Amino acid sequence: MNDALDVTLRLLIVFVVFLTFPLIIGQTEHKVMAHMQGRLGPMYAGGFHGWAQLVADGVKFAQKEDVVPAGADRRIFQLAPAVALLPYLLVLLAIPIGPGEGAVGEVIDAGIFFVLAVMGVGVLGSLMAGWASANKFSLLGGLRTAAQLLAYELPMLLAAASVAMAAGTVSLPGILDAFEWWWLPWQIVGAIVFFVAGLAELQRPPFDMPVADSEIIFGAYTEYTGLRFALFLLAEYAGIVVLCGLTTVLFLGGWHGPLGADGLGWVWTLLKTAVLAFIVIWLRVTYPRLREDQLQKLSWTLLVPLSLAQIALTGVVKVVIQ
Amino acid sequence: MAPLPGSGLAKGLAVTLRTMTKRSVTAQYPDTQPDLPPRTRGVIGLFEENCTVCMLCARECPDWCIYIDSHKETIPAATPGGRERSRNVLDRFAIDFSLCMYCGICIEVCPFDALFWSPEFEYAETDIHDLTHERDKLREWMWTVPAPPALDPGAEEPKEIAAARKAAEKLAAQQQAAAAEPAAPAATEPHAREQARAAEQPTRPAGASKQQTDQPRQEGRE
Repeated sequence: MNDALDVTLRLLIVFVVFLTFPLIIGQTEHKVMAHMQGRLGPMYAGGFHGWAQLVADGVKFAQKEDVVPAGADRRIFQLAPAVALLPYLLVLLAIPIGPGEGAVGEVIDAGIFFVLAVMGVGVLGSLMAGWASANKFSLLGGLRTAAQLLAYELPMLLAAASVAMAAGTVSLPGILDAFEWWWLPWQIVGAIVFFVAGLAELQRPPFDMPVADSEIIFGAYTEYTGLRFALFLLAEYAGIVVLCGLTTVLFLGGWHGPLGADGLGWVWTLLKTAVLAFIVIWLRVTYPRLREDQLQKLSWTLLVPLSLAQIALTGVVKVVIQ
Repeated sequence: MAPLPGSGLAKGLAVTLRTMTKRSVTAQYPDTQPDLPPRTRGVIGLFEENCTVCMLCARECPDWCIYIDSHKETIPAATPGGRERSRNVLDRFAIDFSLCMYCGICIEVCPFDALFWSPEFEYAETDIHDLTHERDKLREWMWTVPAPPALDPGAEEPKEIAAARKAAEKLAAQQQAAAAEPAAPAATEPHAREQARAAEQPTRPAGASKQQTDQPRQEGRE
């Protein structure tokens, strides 16, 4: 296969995944949340159990007027949704879904560094939106976003570092090549810390203090309308895809499954990602929002020590094995 | 023993997961009609044949939403030299359902059983004036009034049925007596039969049940 075609095809596939998976998760959230609350959720759009609800939402958003407040920092305001969304597309490029060269958008040697650094950029979008909106609620939301990023980026990095230590590599396919089943109990604390910190960074309930609609309207997104607002929402769901995919790759063994059929590796990856996405929705429905101080306390007094303990454990076991 | 830390979190997850596996309670109303209990207060029907224009309903109505107009007619004496009788004739009977609060007092006070609850509730209008239902419309609602619920087991016999049964027994006894004594003139017999028929006739309209589908029903039901 010639190179140009190969690259185009890979980019196209990643782009299609980027556009469809967040919608699938969004629709699943509609239905799962509804049934967990004893409701039915969307039933009309598309005819069969409202499968096209998010398509209809998209059409609605596209029709709305794109308003920029008079006092806003115009260019930054308009740029913010792209900054929030695009990093997740880049991260998706680096997540391997199956063994070998063919099942990853682009093999990056410093995979973990790349992925975590780029994911951190995504939060900048909310920060820019909050600052540029010229609105006190947006500013509050943006500052809360910044505080949350500072608090949760650290345990997330530490938990990821533990896996990198265990595997002896920072390349994502490299980590999966080195994966053994007993890593699961070994790294379980790190997995939970990584997942929880990731949730907090995506500002998903119960960590949605920055967009707490009952007190600061919609945080940094208050002034946004139409497509730009939809892009922020899409970024949230793309973030779920990326977080679940990364947790799968780093902690749950990615393409390794109990029935280790080589051709079905990507099925295992997708299955684990889907289960994690369900858990994300489940947590959202179940738990109430954490207060700002509780949120900070959880990170600094629980997640950071836990991730440090995980690193210590990883180091000790690693030395003992050798 | 103190509960395990985090057991509350697990319990919360269990609650939502259990709810997800249960059937949801959403009623898909326009697609499926609701299963209404008997005695549902949907709309008020007027059985105008029973109305004597006594005005009790209009006077008791807390919202003053019942409008009644009538005039008096004189009926000539039945027998020569007798007294003329006068009776009220209903000209207009209207209920303004934009004012009505569905208390049901008019139905309770009606001494002649001319007003009934109907479970029909789909009569929303785009113009509030159309919510004033005139007598023909109120009469149409009568076709939707369900049959009264059955009496409790062991309940006292309804007075109408008791009277009818008594009359029928009396009639049977008279017929027996007449058969035993053919020569005797059956002078009292027609009178007794008439009495029995009067007693059998219920004050409720016979056709006021939902089962009667050959009767015209109001529009917009199907």
